Amino acid sequence: MNPAGALLEMDQVTIRFGGVVAISDLDLAIPEGSIFGLIGPNGAGKTSSFNVITGVYQVSEGIIRFAGAPLNGLKPHRITQRGVARTFQNIRLFPEMSALENVMVGADAQHRTGIPGAILGLPRHRREQRDGEALARELLDFCGIVEVAEEAARNLSYGSQRRLEIARALATRPKLLLLDEPAAGMNPAEKHGLAELIRAIRDRGVTVLLIEHDMSLVMSICDRIAVLDFGRKIAEGRPEEVRESPAVIEAYLGRPDTDDESPLDAMAADQEPGAEVTDAS
Amino acid sequence: MTGVEQKPARRADGPREDLRRVGRGWNRLTGRAGRRWRRLPIPVKAVVVLVVYLALAILVPSNPVAHVMAPQSGWSNVLSEEIGVYVLMAIGLNVVVGQAGMLDLGYVAFFAVGGYSIGILTTHDHLNFWEILPIGIAAAALAGLLLGAPTLRLRGDYLAIVTLGFGLIISQAATNLNFDGGAQGISAIPHPPSIGHIKAFTYGVTDFKPYWYLVLAGIFAAIWAVRRLERSRVGRAWVAIREDEDVAELMGVPTYKMRLWAFAIGAAVGGAGGVFFATQANHIDPTLFSYQVSILVLAAVVLGGSGNMAGVVLGAFLVVWLPERFRGFDKYRILVFGLALVVMMIFRPEGLLPSRRRRAEMSEPASGGGMGAPLVAPTLEEAEA
Repeated sequence: MNPAGALLEMDQVTIRFGGVVAISDLDLAIPEGSIFGLIGPNGAGKTSSFNVITGVYQVSEGIIRFAGAPLNGLKPHRITQRGVARTFQNIRLFPEMSALENVMVGADAQHRTGIPGAILGLPRHRREQRDGEALARELLDFCGIVEVAEEAARNLSYGSQRRLEIARALATRPKLLLLDEPAAGMNPAEKHGLAELIRAIRDRGVTVLLIEHDMSLVMSICDRIAVLDFGRKIAEGRPEEVRESPAVIEAYLGRPDTDDESPLDAMAADQEPGAEVTDAS
Repeated sequence: MTGVEQKPARRADGPREDLRRVGRGWNRLTGRAGRRWRRLPIPVKAVVVLVVYLALAILVPSNPVAHVMAPQSGWSNVLSEEIGVYVLMAIGLNVVVGQAGMLDLGYVAFFAVGGYSIGILTTHDHLNFWEILPIGIAAAALAGLLLGAPTLRLRGDYLAIVTLGFGLIISQAATNLNFDGGAQGISAIPHPPSIGHIKAFTYGVTDFKPYWYLVLAGIFAAIWAVRRLERSRVGRAWVAIREDEDVAELMGVPTYKMRLWAFAIGAAVGGAGGVFFATQANHIDPTLFSYQVSILVLAAVVLGGSGNMAGVVLGAFLVVWLPERFRGFDKYRILVFGLALVVMMIFRPEGLLPSRRRRAEMSEPASGGGMGAPLVAPTLEEAEA
């Protein structure tokens, strides 16, 4: 692993909940400008990694550095303002706000207008309002859902909601975008469109860290992949290296003689929310 | 998804569906009017606002209206001292409850801070109303920050209970302290000094219309300020917090700070209500600041339509006016008032003039639910709209 040029570094990161270890001694370096895949069976600690990077969880041990500066102890909104944005495994939009307003909330992450500015309509407020809306419309267009800008988020189709989450995250002007199973529940055509979108995001200069169960998607778009199992990293490398790694095959398919579970069960893309943590024990 | 099965039963409901259709029409109308309004040039807006203000100021307290609205009591007194003040407080509480989604059961605390500010400062320091109004507002906002700073880390029911506690403490404290007159309260709070010798600005004890002009101006100012906030980064942050606080934080909203601001803005408006009330009532004592005030203002917000400005103004008007109007029922008037509230809540649980958002929330219990609950597809009912 080469930390030089890494946008995000996780150094010996451990998260414990009481006696349960969700992630243990995780080293990860996400190179700037890459699409980095994070895979592993259910409960491997993937979403926990996202939660610790974005400040939802605190590290028990270790350090997380983003663009050279430690993120430990920062509030989630501070981490977002520094340039880390994310989407959610279960879509979590602001359902009654319009698509445009959802994205504008994201854009506001980099805005400074306070109460006096908003009441008096000071120049900065007017500028931020104008820029925020322009950015929001541009991103809705970029994500291919500009025609539903005025619709309430709750009324959008499932695929559009997934895209709206990405647009909202991009509006915070991130350097690093964390996508948590963006392809879940999508049909092959939608997955293809998503792959295009993720590449386009990388081409905008945003580094992408991707959790995904759809192996063909992961293998086709990722520059590097790390594999987690029971909170530990068991492999990392280019897609073709990871695919051949014996440790990965064992994690996904089980050991030939001892595991009577069907390999297909282990690979099932459907995941229970919150199962990550408890399963790790 | 269990809500989906219940849908057919709700749809079959005749009168309720009619009411809902009226609500949808109203929302569409106000939405369109709002967009057109925002595009008008500022001088045109100023003229329209002035005309509306003058119309309300002159027509509402006039004799024919008074005869219909309150035949048994002094209408212009009720209007300025009760209705006006409650409308103001409902606008303030709506920021906290309707916008930011925090249940505040102790709102009376800020009303009391405003009232006692003017009570103490006029009788001890002989400042006049015009000097005290900004002080009272600032004191209430400061009280909001002080109460909010430790408590706003709590959410939901916990916050409601702590604020209820504050509301109860404030009247107890006012009773047991000495510098504020204790249980006797403060008497002889001066009226605002008159401006020139103009009748509309002469604040006496016989003509209450000047007070109405004054409170109405306060209401207009509060609506203007809150409206601007609602459409800014701050207002978007409040709604985001209400809809999903964890996600709002992850999208870069400083949730604690924004909640604190909502609390302080609400408190400031409530404090203004207290100042307006005390200068008219002449006398304040702790019984005027009981928890019932909190509940009544909250009832106004919920009844009118939490989150909707026109709704909460209407709600505040009704919760004060209905008991006055029912004076003819003598001691049963509060019973009739309660019954009227229950009936309204049965037929319009989302409030009389609900906000677009709140209406949708109420008609779709499955959405925006617990942590990480996925959004559901639009129901038949919504698709038709």
